[in-house]
Amino acid sequence: MGKEDTIAAIATGMTDSGIGIIRISGERAIEVGDTLFCTSLGKHILKKAESHKMYYGYAVKDNSEVMDEVMAVVMRAPRSFTGEDTVEIQCHGGVFVMQKILSEALSAGARLAQPGEFTKRAFLNGKIDLTRAEAVMDVIQSQNDLSLSISADQLKGNLYHKIRHMRNDIISETAFIESALDDPEHISLEGYPEKLKKKVMELIDEISRLIFTADNGKLIKEGIHTVIVGKPNVGKSSLMNLLVGEERAIVTNIAGTTRDILQETVRLGNFNFHITDTAGIHETDDRVEQIGVERAKEYAKKADLILYIVDVSLPLDERDREILKVIKNRKVIVLLNKSDLKAVLTEGEVKKFILENIKGQLPSDEKLYFINTSSKSRDWLTSFENMVKEMFFQGEIKMNRELMITNLRHKEGLQEALQSLEYVKKSIESKMPEDFYSIDLMSAYSSLGRIIGEEVDDDLVEEIFSRFCMGK
Amino acid sequence: MEIREKVDVCVVGAGHAGCEAALACARLGLETVIFTVSLDSVAMMPCNPNIGGTSKGHLVRELDALGGEMGKNIDKTFIQSKMLNRSKGPAVHSLRAQADKAEYSRSMRMVLENQDHLTLKQAEVCDLLWKEEKKGSCFEKKITGVKIFTGAVYECQAVILCTGTYLRARCLCGESINHTGPGGLQSATYLTDSLNRLGVELRRFKTGTPARLDKRSIDFTKMEEQPGDERIVPFSFSTDPDSVQKEQVSCWLTYTNEKTHEIIRENLDRSPLYAGIIEGTGPRYCPSIEDKVVKFAEKERHQVFIEPEGNFTNEMYVGGMSSSLPEDVQLAMYRTVPGLEKCKIVRNAYAIEYDCINARELYPTLEFKKVKGLYSGGQFNGSSGYEEAACQGLIAGINAAMSIFGREPLILDRSESYIGVLIDDLVTKDNREPYRMMTSRAEYRLLLRQDNADLRLREKGYQAGLISEEEYRALLEKKKKIEEEILRLKNTFVGAGKEVQEFLASRGSSSLKTAASLSELICRPELSYDILAPLDPDRLPLSEAVIEQVEIEIKYEGYILRQKRQVEQYKKLEKKIIPTSIDYDEIPSLRIEARQKLKLFRPISVGQASRISGVSPADISVLLVYLEKCEKKSEKKKENYG
Repeated sequence: MGKEDTIAAIATGMTDSGIGIIRISGERAIEVGDTLFCTSLGKHILKKAESHKMYYGYAVKDNSEVMDEVMAVVMRAPRSFTGEDTVEIQCHGGVFVMQKILSEALSAGARLAQPGEFTKRAFLNGKIDLTRAEAVMDVIQSQNDLSLSISADQLKGNLYHKIRHMRNDIISETAFIESALDDPEHISLEGYPEKLKKKVMELIDEISRLIFTADNGKLIKEGIHTVIVGKPNVGKSSLMNLLVGEERAIVTNIAGTTRDILQETVRLGNFNFHITDTAGIHETDDRVEQIGVERAKEYAKKADLILYIVDVSLPLDERDREILKVIKNRKVIVLLNKSDLKAVLTEGEVKKFILENIKGQLPSDEKLYFINTSSKSRDWLTSFENMVKEMFFQGEIKMNRELMITNLRHKEGLQEALQSLEYVKKSIESKMPEDFYSIDLMSAYSSLGRIIGEEVDDDLVEEIFSRFCMGK
Repeated sequence: MEIREKVDVCVVGAGHAGCEAALACARLGLETVIFTVSLDSVAMMPCNPNIGGTSKGHLVRELDALGGEMGKNIDKTFIQSKMLNRSKGPAVHSLRAQADKAEYSRSMRMVLENQDHLTLKQAEVCDLLWKEEKKGSCFEKKITGVKIFTGAVYECQAVILCTGTYLRARCLCGESINHTGPGGLQSATYLTDSLNRLGVELRRFKTGTPARLDKRSIDFTKMEEQPGDERIVPFSFSTDPDSVQKEQVSCWLTYTNEKTHEIIRENLDRSPLYAGIIEGTGPRYCPSIEDKVVKFAEKERHQVFIEPEGNFTNEMYVGGMSSSLPEDVQLAMYRTVPGLEKCKIVRNAYAIEYDCINARELYPTLEFKKVKGLYSGGQFNGSSGYEEAACQGLIAGINAAMSIFGREPLILDRSESYIGVLIDDLVTKDNREPYRMMTSRAEYRLLLRQDNADLRLREKGYQAGLISEEEYRALLEKKKKIEEEILRLKNTFVGAGKEVQEFLASRGSSSLKTAASLSELICRPELSYDILAPLDPDRLPLSEAVIEQVEIEIKYEGYILRQKRQVEQYKKLEKKIIPTSIDYDEIPSLRIEARQKLKLFRPISVGQASRISGVSPADISVLLVYLEKCEKKSEKKKENYG
C-alpha cells in the first residue's frame, strides 16, 4: 500500500470561478509540487514545508515563467484526504490558468487522475468507509444537479440517520424479547405482540415510503428513458430535433425516412431524457425498415415514458391501432402535433379512440396526458416538463427535498428489510411463540445495517472493487 | 530420588471440565493423569443441584453428541427431570434435571476409575514445566510437564488446566473469610506463580452459592409444588428413554417479600461485595439476592426454589437466594420467606473468589496462544456453570489429543452449536464477569435446538473418535428415517372428501378446498403429526425422536430456511481466514484501537475479527480490502510464474 503512482487533477469545477485548486497525491506529490511552486523569493521550499500549513508564492513554469500567484499546502501521509502525501495549489480560478498549472504538474511526473481516483485511494487507505465511497462515486457519476444534491444528501448522512434510527427501533424490540426469554421471572411478554405489531407496521410504512422514492430517484439519477412513437411522417423527427436542439434526424416528408433508431440525451429543466426516435410504426415490405419497426416496439417496451405523436391533420387509422398495442400499460403523453394543414382531429376524438382500443390497459389509475405541440415553437416545452413532473414525481420534485434513494443496492437492502418485517407481522398474526419474532427482526436489522455500512457487507467490497476498476 | 513419570496428557483438576478433558484424552488412547486436591470431590457440584436448564440443557446435549460423559452421568443419577419452556418455540425448549449430588459425583468417579489409560492422582500441581523452541526467527514456549507439591515430575506433551474456583480461592461469609476452595476444601496456591512466570496474566472473579437448609425445618404446605415431567426425556442420545422413567422428587416454589428486602437493604454495608472486600467480579446473570434487591428495586418479590440435594440427605438448596451476607443476616432474611419461618441452616451461603485467566489468551481450540501444548477449560477460563465447564473440558481434551496425533483441530462455529458460541464468546469478547450461557447469545438458535444436537454434532464426535461405530450407525439410521418420512408426508395427499372435512372440523381446523398433502396439514398450528394419524393409515411406527424432528422440520420450514440463509451470510466472513503471518502494522489505515485489539486477539478469521469489541465494521472493510489486495497480488504472481 502507498506505493501507487502520483496523480494530479483540478479539484474544483471546470468553470471560471474565484479560486481553483490543483490537487496532487501520491508518493512523489511533494516533489512534483515543489517543482512548480516557489516562494516570492524564488525558493523551492515544499520538500521541507510544514504539514498543513499554507505557503504563499508563485506557480512557475520551467522555473522561470510565473503562471499565477498562488497558495500551496502540503499534507503529509496519512493526514490527507487520500491518506497519501498530498499537495494542493490554490490558484486563481480561471480555467486556462488551472489547466496550465495542471499540465506543469503532469510534466513534472504526475499522471492525470481518472474520475474518482482520489476517492478510490482514500477508500483503499481506509480514509472513508464503504458507504461514503459509494456516495462519492454516485456524486461523480451523477448527471445533473438534482441527482448531485441527492447523492450529497446521502453523503451528509440523511439516509444514514434515518436508517440508523430504524435499526435502533428494531434492536431495542429484539433486546426486549431476548431478555424476556433469558429472565422470564422479571420480564413479562404479556400483551407484547400487539405492541410489537404496531411498531412493525410503522417501520413497514416508513420503509415502503423510502422504496417508493427509489424508483423516482433512479429516474432522476439515470434519466428518463423516453421513446417517440407514431405513424410515419407525423413529425416525430422534427419534434426530436426541437428537443435536441440540433438537426439530427433526416427530416423529409417522404414516409419512412427514419429507418434506424436515433438516440439523444436531452436536459430539460431538472430532468435528463434519453430520447429514442423510432422508425414510424407501420407494416412495411421494406426489409431495412421492418427491422427498424421491430426495434421500435422493443424500445417502447423498456421505456419509462412514451411520447405518442398524432398529426391532427391526418385521420386516425389502422396503423394508430397498431401503435396502441405498444403503448398499453405504459406511461404515455399524447402529443397532438399541429402541422400546416387543416386539423381534422380534436383532443376529445383522439382520447375516445385510445380509450376504446386499450380500455383498462393504461397504467394503473393513470389518466391520459395530452399536449398540443408544434415543431415550429418551443412554447409547449414548459408545460411538457410540468406534465412529466406530475406523472413521475407527483409534481413535487424540486420543492420536496425529502430523502430519496438513488442507489440500487440501497433499494435492495430496503426491500429485504421490508420482506423480513412482513414476516414478523405474519408471525405475530399467526400467534407464533415470541422467540420466532427475533429471527426476522434480526434479518431486517442486518439488511438495513448493510446499507449504511454498520454491518460488514463483503459483497459491497467486491462491488466497489469492480466500480473502481481495480481488476488486475 | 526424584520421581519422573512419562505420560501423554496431564489434566489439572477433576471438576466437570477436568473429567471430560481426561476422559476424552484417555478414550482416544492417550496415557492420561488427572490431578485433584481431593479424590472425594471428583465432579462435585458445589452450587445448584441440577444439570441443564435454559440453554445449558443444549450444551449438555451437544456435549453428549460429541462423546462427552455429563449427559450419560446425569441420566444415571437424576431424581427429577423437566423440559422447560414447553409453551414456547422448540428452539428454547430446554432440559433440566435435579441431580443426586453425591450419586452424581460417585458415579462419575467410577467412570474415571474404570477408564483405560486414565490414572487419578490426589495431588496439588505446583509448577508447569516448559522449554523454549526456536521457530523461524522467534522462540516459542512449549509445555513439557508438571511438578506436584511433593516434587514428583510428570513429563507430558499436553497439560489441560481445569482449576475451577480453586486457584488462590477465598470464601467469604459476611465478615468471616476462609482461604479455602468451595465447601471448605483445600485451595490451590502455587500454580498462580508458575503461570505468571510463563507470562499468563491472571485476574479475580467471584461467584456465590446460597445456604442449604434442613428439610425437616421447612413448611412445604406454604409453597407451590414443582413436580417433574410425566414422560421423562433423557439427556443422552445413547440412553434408552424407557430406561429412565422412574419415581421423581419434587422441588418447591416460594417468594421473597418486602420484609426480606428490608433486612437485606439494612445490612448491605455488611455484605463484602458492597463493603468493597470482594475484589472479583460476579456474574450478572446469576446474581446474589442482595444484587437483585438493589438492581430490581421496584420488584416486590423474587422467586425462591427449594430443591433437594439428593435422595440420601436432608439438605435443601435455596435457589435464587445466594448471598455473601453474614450468618445472622442470612438466617433473618431466609426466615422471612413463607415456609422458611423456622428454617435451620445446615451450610451457610458464601461467596468465593478465585484466580482465572482472560480467555482471549486462547485459540478457539482452547490452547494458549503463547504456550504450545497448554490448554485450559472451565471456570479457569472465566465461565460459570457446570455445563459450560464440561463443554470446554471436552473441546480442550479433544484438541490436545488432535494436536498430539497431528490431526485437524475441532473448532465448532456459532452456526453449528452453542458450544461454538460459548467458546467464540470466551476467546473473542471482552468478558468482565463469569460467562454464563444464555439463549440470547446464540444467533441461530432455531437451528441449534436441543432436540437435534445429535444430528448436528454426532458425526464430528465420530470423526474425533469418541462416538462408537454403533452410536454412529444409529445416527445415520435416524437421519434416513427422518428424511424418508418428511418426503412421504409431502407426497401423501388427502382428498377434500366428506370424512376428511368432518375430521378437520372436529379438530377446529378449516375445511379443504382441494386435496392437500399431509405436510401441508401438519403446518396448521392446530394440527400435529399425532392428531393426523386417522388420515394417515400407511404410517410406519417411528420413534418419538424421529417424529419430533419430522414435525419441527415441517412446521417451521420457512423459519428454518430463513435462518439458514442468515447462516450463509455469516459464513462468508467466517471463511475468510486471516493468515497467521499477517502484520497489522502493515495496514496503515486501521484505526489505532482496532490495530491494538487485532494484535492482542490475533483472530483466525475476518468473522472472528468482526466480533472483537473495538473493531468497527469500517475496520473490517479495511481488513477485507487489504486481504483482497493481497490475494490479487498473489494471483498475479502466480500468473507471472505459472
